[in-house]
Amino acid sequence: MHEMSIAASMLEAVEAESARHQAHVRAVGVKIGELAGVDAESLRFCFETMVRDTELAPLSLEIEAIPWRNRCRRCARDFPVLDYRTACPHCGSTETDLAGGRELEFAYMEIDE
Amino acid sequence: MTRVPIARKVLNENDRLAAELRRGFETHGTLCVNLISSPGSGKTMLLERTLASFDPSRRVAVLTGDIQTDNDAQRLARYGFPVRQITTGGACHLDARMVAQALGDWQPDAFDLLLIENVGNLVCPSSYDLGEEARVVLFSVTEGEDKPLKYPATFHRADLVVLNKIDLLPYVPFRIDLAREYLRRVQPEIEIVEVSCTTGAGLDTWREWLDRRARTAERHLSQTAELRSPPA
Repeated sequence: MHEMSIAASMLEAVEAESARHQAHVRAVGVKIGELAGVDAESLRFCFETMVRDTELAPLSLEIEAIPWRNRCRRCARDFPVLDYRTACPHCGSTETDLAGGRELEFAYMEIDE
Repeated sequence: MTRVPIARKVLNENDRLAAELRRGFETHGTLCVNLISSPGSGKTMLLERTLASFDPSRRVAVLTGDIQTDNDAQRLARYGFPVRQITTGGACHLDARMVAQALGDWQPDAFDLLLIENVGNLVCPSSYDLGEEARVVLFSVTEGEDKPLKYPATFHRADLVVLNKIDLLPYVPFRIDLAREYLRRVQPEIEIVEVSCTTGAGLDTWREWLDRRARTAERHLSQTAELRSPPA
């Protein structure tokens, strides 16, 4: 259950951003990759629990799930990895590298002006 | 309402500290290994067997993480190498700040090898970079062979998987061929070492891997030194 620590890191960032713009942050958007090892629903639960009764409320969390993608070393094409199939669906090569899915990143914040 | 784009990682602060630690390790040619597994897979036992096999002159140190107790540090201290316990007091993973604090007054150039035993957990440690050069994931034949499929985030980032307790294979319904297949499904080029910390089987291969990685870390150091002071 490290979603609590992650939610805490997110709130610190929201506080910093709120101070920088001297405005209330309404919503925070994050990208969570399939391979980030973070459960979106427990993150949401922790986040909402921590925000409640603080000056940051109301603050909504918008999560974008980023699917696992690999890129082929041979034909340089990108493809989604479904059911752990990492071989290239275009040329069949098994030499492919991670191209997306480890994200645990902020995307945006919505701020009252 | 205005939408402001923010392009930074959520664990920015941890990543910044981890990068600082990594620079320190690289500058001094120290190989830092982050050891991850579920509770009871044999991380401490693997470390005990590893330390017991080292020459006493070897410059090695251990950090061991647990939620409570310093039992592991006591077990590991018997081998004569510096050991420090990190007690997280509830946190299910180590983070870069805990590692930096635990290193404390240890001089960064005092060790060639730093072994970090993470808190027993196959999920949370995978999100936290500790500044390590190599991530080793342990898993044992008393667990399900589908662990890699259930915890892909952790196995996908492993530089090496140590499959432990192979001496118990005759007694458990664990299919090692399936375990290898699942590991390769998550990471097709994954390196696997099969060991038994009880009988000692496979431990030579594990130590060779460790020595090889330690030599690479030292080689980087000498190359960096040459770059800094080119021959006249």
